[in-house]
Amino acid sequence: MAETYLEIRNLYKTFSAKNGSVEALKGVSLSIGKGEIFGVIGLSGAGKSTLVRCMNLLERPDSGDVLLNGESLLALNKEQLRLRRQKIGMIFQHFNLLEQQTVLENVCFPLEIRGIPKKERREKALALLEKVGLAEKAKAYPSQLSGGQKQRVAIARVLANEPDILLCDEATSALDPETTQTILRLLKTIRDSLGITIVVITHEMRVIQQVATRVAVLDGGSVQEEGSVVEIFDHPKSRAAKRLLLIADEEEESYAG
Amino acid sequence: MPSLGIEVLFKGTNFLRLLGGLWVAVRISLISVAISIVLGIAVGMLMTAKRKLLKAVFRIYLEIVRIMPQMVLLFVVYFGTTRVFGWNLNAETAAILVFSFWGTTEMGDLVRGALQSIPAIQHESAQALGMNPLQVYVSVILPQTVRRIIPLSINLITRMVKTTSLVVMIGIVEVLKVAQQIIEANRRVAPNAAFGVFAVVFLLYFLICWPISRLAGYLEKRWS
Ligand SMILES: Nc1ncnc2c1ncn2[C@@H]1O[C@H](COP(=O)(O)OP(=O)(O)OP(=O)(O)O)[C@@H](O)[C@H]1O
Ligand SMILES: [Mg+2]
Repeated sequence: MAETYLEIRNLYKTFSAKNGSVEALKGVSLSIGKGEIFGVIGLSGAGKSTLVRCMNLLERPDSGDVLLNGESLLALNKEQLRLRRQKIGMIFQHFNLLEQQTVLENVCFPLEIRGIPKKERREKALALLEKVGLAEKAKAYPSQLSGGQKQRVAIARVLANEPDILLCDEATSALDPETTQTILRLLKTIRDSLGITIVVITHEMRVIQQVATRVAVLDGGSVQEEGSVVEIFDHPKSRAAKRLLLIADEEEESYAG
Repeated sequence: MPSLGIEVLFKGTNFLRLLGGLWVAVRISLISVAISIVLGIAVGMLMTAKRKLLKAVFRIYLEIVRIMPQMVLLFVVYFGTTRVFGWNLNAETAAILVFSFWGTTEMGDLVRGALQSIPAIQHESAQALGMNPLQVYVSVILPQTVRRIIPLSINLITRMVKTTSLVVMIGIVEVLKVAQQIIEANRRVAPNAAFGVFAVVFLLYFLICWPISRLAGYLEKRWS
């Protein structure tokens, strides 16, 4: 592993709901290297979204720390955090584009927020759309795009801020298998060309297999197992990992048959 | 074919008087609608705030205004409060107060509904892009809210325009009252005038409200 870029230290998070409280994270620690594509896998309710939302403090952990490049996010004030977040890209399952604006305007949006002049942001946005292979859709509206195309726009939008890390929460879960592959390939290309660190959150083994080099298996709010993807695929040790592999096999079979 | 009595409108300045009456009704609605939209947006935003007490107060306000017929409100404000507090309130001001009071709650509720229908993830993805709360509100939340609100608030406006005809009851001479006066004055020469004149009043209301509701329909279709 290269030098550590994102370090998660002993995160705890409890949600209190009407019918009791839920311990979503119970002491999660992870080290993610610079330029690495790191996977976090777990079944529904394992705490994946809570974990990834703690990585840019959309969710504040009850205790523990989040360090980016050695700098604690929890030590930042509101304004510092806002500026730091511009360099922590995040993409979501349901894309969250601005439906009333064209593809180009969506990509220009973060640049506009940063006060970049109109001409410059147009050029930059077009270059980014080129990069994700959607230049010809610049004038289209999100409603005219397929799911995969929408996710490409979301990726171009997030890259407009020149992030040094990209968090993907179930970014391919709303897509069919082929489209999933193309999006994952795009993520790899981005990592290779820009050298940014990528965290991929998913409940699907084949996503991990395709894109990640290392993976953490999350279950019941704690890390059950962590290691290289190859190792965990060949010799799963934890029950959670074995179960996820079993599910993947079953899906494969039903897919083939 | 029997006379419809429309001809009385062409006598002297009758038709102009009728239009003058219509203007009174339209003026009251326009002012009330403008006040309701501005205050309604503020109330709607406050209703989505996390303050429990504030929410409860607005909830009660909304329920009271909804339950109370507008005419009762008009009477309470115009006849009731002027007696109790001894102030001098002219009928038109009373009407504007009542319609704004009512319009603000309805508008506030529309704004609240629209704001709440925007998923939390929209706030979050904007925050994740590094926007401050004001930028999130102005660039992400409001544009989406406005689209949802415009067709609904246009319906509210037509309802308000129609309901202003109630102001007759507190002595305001608006279009219906003028119509009545014209009919009364011509009872002898044109006994059928009631039909013709009220038909024209109907037509006038229609000419005002129909384009407004068409606009609502058009926007709804375009933005859905
Ligand atoms: N805001 C919240 N309030 C209350 N409970 C919450 C909240 N967010 C998450 N939880 C609970 O915390 C646990 C972990 O949730 P989380 O969303 O992190 O799981 P996940 O692994 O992302 O699941 P999924 O695959 O379904 O998205 C769940 O039991 C969930 O119900
Ligand atoms: Mg989740």
